[in-house]
Parts: sequence; C-alpha cells; structure tokens
Amino acid sequence: MWPLIALAVILAVDGFISPGFFHVRVVEGRLFGNVIDILYRAMPTALVALGMAIVIGTKGIDLSVGSVIAIVGAVITWRIHAGDPHFVILLIALGVGILCGLWNGFLVAVLDIQPIIATLILMVSGRGIGLMINLLYGGTNPSFTSPLLQGLSVGHIGLIPTRLILGAAIFGALWLLIRRTALGLFLESVGGNSAAADLAGINARLIKFAAYLICALCAAWAGVVLAADTHTSDPVSVGLYIELDAILAVVIGGGSLAGGRIYLGMTVLGALVIQALTTSILTSGLPPEYNLVVKAVVVIIVLLLQSENLRNALYARLGGRKR
Amino acid sequence: MLGVSKAFPGVRALERVDFRVEAGEVHALLGENGAGKSTLIKIMTGALRGDEGEIRIDGRPVEIGAPGEARALGIGTVYQEVNLIPTMSVTKNLTLGRQPRRFGLIAWRAARNRARERLKRLNIDIDVERPLGSYSVAIQQLVAIARALEEDTRVLVLDEPTASLDANETELLFRIMRDFKLRGIAMVFITHFIDQVYQIADRISVLRNGRLVGSAATADLPPLKLISLMLGRELERTEERVAAAAPAARGQPILLAEGVGRRRLMEPFDLSIRAGEVVGLAGLLGSGRTEVAKLIFGAVRSDSGRLSVGGVPVTSRSPGRSLRLGMAFCPEDRKAEGLFGELTVRENIVLGLQTKRGWLRRLSHDEQEELAQKMIKALGIATPDADKPVGQLSGGNQQKVVLARALVSDPRILILDEPTRGIDVGAHADVVALIRSLCAQGLALLVASSELDELVAVSDRIAVLRDRRKIGEIAEREITRENVIRTIAGAKA
Repeated sequence: MWPLIALAVILAVDGFISPGFFHVRVVEGRLFGNVIDILYRAMPTALVALGMAIVIGTKGIDLSVGSVIAIVGAVITWRIHAGDPHFVILLIALGVGILCGLWNGFLVAVLDIQPIIATLILMVSGRGIGLMINLLYGGTNPSFTSPLLQGLSVGHIGLIPTRLILGAAIFGALWLLIRRTALGLFLESVGGNSAAADLAGINARLIKFAAYLICALCAAWAGVVLAADTHTSDPVSVGLYIELDAILAVVIGGGSLAGGRIYLGMTVLGALVIQALTTSILTSGLPPEYNLVVKAVVVIIVLLLQSENLRNALYARLGGRKR
Repeated sequence: MLGVSKAFPGVRALERVDFRVEAGEVHALLGENGAGKSTLIKIMTGALRGDEGEIRIDGRPVEIGAPGEARALGIGTVYQEVNLIPTMSVTKNLTLGRQPRRFGLIAWRAARNRARERLKRLNIDIDVERPLGSYSVAIQQLVAIARALEEDTRVLVLDEPTASLDANETELLFRIMRDFKLRGIAMVFITHFIDQVYQIADRISVLRNGRLVGSAATADLPPLKLISLMLGRELERTEERVAAAAPAARGQPILLAEGVGRRRLMEPFDLSIRAGEVVGLAGLLGSGRTEVAKLIFGAVRSDSGRLSVGGVPVTSRSPGRSLRLGMAFCPEDRKAEGLFGELTVRENIVLGLQTKRGWLRRLSHDEQEELAQKMIKALGIATPDADKPVGQLSGGNQQKVVLARALVSDPRILILDEPTRGIDVGAHADVVALIRSLCAQGLALLVASSELDELVAVSDRIAVLRDRRKIGEIAEREITRENVIRTIAGAKA
C-alpha cells in the first residue's frame, strides 16, 4: 500500500512543480512524455528487482546482478561481431545468465556459502570477465548495430513501447511461476523457516538454487535491454549500482531482508518510485547533484512509514486511541 | 523464592512455585522441557520478572529487575551453552565488562592476573592468553564458572553444566562443586542426568507443567519415586486405559525398522508399527525419544539398519521421501521446526499436502480454503479466519496447526513428538479424540511423549528408551505406569 501512496505523492508533487508533467504526446507513432519516460527507464531496474525479490524471499541476496548485466552485454557484442543470427544471440545471452545463476546457486545452495559472500565473488569478477570477453574481438567498448535489439530498446508495437510489453511479459511469466505454481509458497517457506521447510519435505537446496537461477535470468534480460539502449558493450559502467536500486525497490515494495515474503507487484512499484524520484528531480530544475541525496531522504521516509514500530509510536503519540 | 508465578501469552509457565536453597547446599532442579525450569531460573537471575510471588535472600525480600541486579545480589549463572566468546582470549572472556582500568585505559597486566587468580580458585592453571575456543568444552565450561564466580557470589546457578562433558570432566566439575559447598556457596544444579543428581545433589526439586510436584532431600527420594514424579501427571481424573481393537486384526507391520541407528545419536534399535496401532515412545529427557522419531521419519540420516514401509524397503531417506511414502511428522519444537510464523494458517496447513504433490501441481485457492476450513473445524482451531499469520495464534492453536498439516496429507503413518506440550486441557482433549478416531480408521501412530500417563492411556505398545538406547517394550495388558517406570529405573539401580 505504501509504495502506491509514495508514488502518488511524488507524481502529485511533480504535477505541482512542473505543470505539463503529465502531458503525453504521440510522435512518430510512439508515446512520449515524462510518465512514459519513467516507465521506460524503470524497466531494467524493475526486472532486476523482481529477481532480487525472489532471492531475498529465501533469506538470501544477489549482489552480482550488475556484473551479470555487464557480462551479457559483452557476450552480445562479441557474438554480433562474430556474425551469429541476432535471435540466436538473444538466446545465448539468456544462456549466459543461466550459467551465472547456476554458479551463484551452486555456491549458496550446495556449498552453503553465505549469499552475500557468494554473490560478491561474481560481483567483483564479473565486470573483469566482461572486459576479457571484449578483448576476444579486439575492441574496447565497441558498438554494434542490431535491428532486433534496436526494436527491443526503442521500438513500439502500436502506441506502446516494445520494452514495456517485454517487461509486462516477463512479469507475467514470473507471476505465473511464483503464484500459479507452488514455487512461491516453497520459496517463502524456505526463507521463513529453513529448518521447518526441511522437515516439511521441501528440498530447500533445490529451491534456493532455483531462486538464484531466476534472479540471474532476470538480470540477463535487463542486460539485453541495457545493451540495446547503448548499442555498445561497456562492462565497466553498465548497470552500475543497479543492485542497490533493486534491493531498495524490493524493500520499498514491502519485502524484508530477513526473507519470508515475496511481493512481485509491489516490487515493480518500488522500482517505479525510485525512477519517478530521479525523473522528478531532473525535471524540477534542482541541480542534478541533489539527485542522490533527495532520493535517499525520500527512501528513508518511505521505509520509516513502513516500520510498524514507528507507526505504533506515532499513533500512540497522536491520540492514544486504537492500536 | 516463594509462590512465584509467571504467565506468557497462551501458556502458564509457572504456577506458585516455591524454591529454597541453603548455603553450602547443592539443590538439583529437574523437569522436562517446558516444565518451567528455564522460566524459574530466568526470574531468579533477573532476566524475567515474575507476575506474582517474592524472592528472599537471607530472609530479606528483594527485587530483581535486571541481570545486573541479580549479580549485585550475589547470584551468578552459568548457562547451558557456554555463553562466552571462543575467538577471544581467556583473559578477555573473564574480564569482559569488568576490565581493570588505569587512567581510563584497560590495564591488561592486571586483567591477566585477575584471570589467573579466578582460575586458581578452581584449581585450574592454563595459559590465559590463548583463545577460549582452543580449549576443550570442559575447560570452557570451567572458565564460564570462574566468570560467574565473583568475590561475593552466594548463589551459583548451573544450567545443564554436564551436558557436553564426559565422565572425567564431570568428576572434575563435581570436585569443584564440593569445594564450593565447603565455602558456603549455594548451588542450583539443573540437569536431566539422574545418576549425577544422586552423586552430587543434597536436595531435589521436580517441576512439572509449571508446578512444583516434589521437593525432598536426596536421601529421602529413591530413584523410583523420583522418576515417578517426573513422568507422572497431576491427574484431575484418571485417564482410563482404552483397550484398542483386537490386536489380531492388524496383521503385518506397516513400518518396520531393523537396527536403525546413528553413531553418537542413537544406538541401533528395532521398531515395528502395525496399521491402526499406537506405539508410544517413553523415556526421560535425553533418552532418545526425538531421535527415534526423526530417524524413522528420515529427518536425520541413519548410518545403520534397514527400514521398510508397507513391506517395501526404503533406501534413500529424507522427509520428502517419507511424506510421499505416506508418513507425516509433527516436531517437538513447533516454533523452530514446525511452523512458518509469517505464513498464514491456511498456507501452513496446506503445505503438508503441497509438498507431496510437488511444485507444479498447485492447489487452487479454493481447494486450499476448503482444506484449511476442514482442518480448522476438525481440530477446533480457534481463529477467526484462515488468513491470519500463524505466529499470532496461541500456543495450543499453533500446535493444532502443526497437527493439521501432518494430517492433511492423509498419511498412513503419523509420528508425533510431544503433541500435547504446552496446550491447554480443552485443546488436549480435542487432539486425543481426533487421533483415536483416526487410529480406528487404520492410521498407524508413533507417539513420543514425556507425559507418561497419556502414553499409558492410548498406547497399544510402549517402547521404553533410556540413555539413547531402546531397553524394552511393554505390550497390551502389561502397560501400566509402574511397569514403565520400573523398566526405566530397572537398568540402573
């Protein structure tokens, strides 16, 4: 509930400060406008955040998502230069994501390494791996042209940007996987009480493995979109700090880092809130240096509002009535 | 301590308990898990406040509101799990929080000397600069005792101090305790090892379901009577022994365990259960009741023996496999091993069947609702709706949810570990009634319980355990409280 309110408040303030904020126009058969822009830019973060929400639900965390994006971008560029058909390259990119997920899953579920340490390994080495892949065709940050990826990035089907449709499709697939099968229940059980999950007959190892696999796959998709946006491979700075935004989105969406519950829809809202903040600050005319600080302050406020302790204290102070 | 009571949400932990310990006396405090020992100790040492009752030291009433106050009054505690820091040196552990200081900085030389002095009081001479963790558990335990023993300690509370000690180390501890007796220190000795009680204790008190059921000098309390006190229950009315259906009707065992065991956990045992039969696991705390239950369910992997279900041998053992074979398990510690506090009542219940079906074939929301409601009604779970997080229910209702989850998978073998712990009389009756009706329909039941009278009342056979070994079986007409107690005590005295 709170993320929705936060989003509404931010947009309301925007409407106040910059009249015409919500103006949406159609240019060259495509929708344009600040609101569209927010959705547009939030999409990769939202994807990563969804995967992160699933992993956090198992009481784990995945810090390597940014690196997965970097590796995927490098692999895409490499294979385009090698001349592979672009659709196949898409599949290869997702395959790379799956490999990364298997790696993380192996470390956490099989070797029982603490998730934060286990994913740190790929986080630190991933971008280096991306750079090494770049060397495979002798370039530094080389660019490519790809009508397929171009279409994913800025194309549109009807009036709606393709990437939003892609985002909705991935969200839909995840929703089916998590809520229409028992996987969601199992994930939340493993995160809520691992010992009880074992006794209840859940294969906790397999479930955790699956979580890291899904997370890396989501990151791979985000990597595809981000690579398409820039048409280059930039392992050093693509998706930098996206893991932090993703974790923030999950938390704003109501998820607890202690695991136990996965809120898919709310997490997407959380990503929207973060992006709306960034866009609002840009359009408001505040100097861009303020961006990060204002973002931090707003996030703290949302988190404080979510804290039950604080809410109870406030209610008690404001009236001593119910609660 | 006089007339001390304490209640938590859903459970009365202590009911007007009196407890007295004299200077230079070792007073053993016995009782099963959940009997109230920990609560009593926590009140004694200031970690908790009693709802009613008073505490007196030397005849003077005192208020103990915080652990610091208890220590100031001369009450020292040594906890069951060594409560020290293994990565820090012995010196640091002994002086933590009370470091000698000079000009505001810690005087390490004085600290080392103080540490050595403390240890010398226990006749221990070790290198105080080595990390605590590099020493054996026995030494760590003694360091913990040294820490608890201040200049002015009058009462020393020892919570299961011998749990991880072998015979020699225990003897060392007892020597130190006898030395303390001479120095006039009163000791409260919490343990479940009956032998040790008779070696060192002067007085024995037994707690049961929050009440003090007996307190006497060791000399006046022979083992038979002691065990009887521990396992008996204050019966408002006698539980009648319900003779089950004619035993001949039952046929081949539906579960057969031969030589199943695990090194250091449980000696290999044989056990068989037939359809419609109730087999009870009786024994004192630490005798291996939970271990037997978990070994049979596959929650703990055995390293010896064979198990067969329905005549079919079972090779790979895991809870998941057992569930698919038609077994179900209710663990003893519902909070740590049974329930998912954040998940709703419905989700907790439905999980029992969902794990059997696998992740793909999800039960629809309607199916889930139906199952949950069915179970809520059958067990009388008091909750306004099934979508409440289970952590908000009372202890008794939580226990029913655990049971509901086990039953929802329609098992043919049900394994219960302390099913009636911490639930009130009403819930208790519901549970027993339901289980009886299920057995009449052919459910095979294995029940581990510290409530001997219940076991005697419902079991067709009782397997008696002692010190991680199955020492005997009592069947049918032979099942009486006295016989069980005699079997447990018999191997010793």
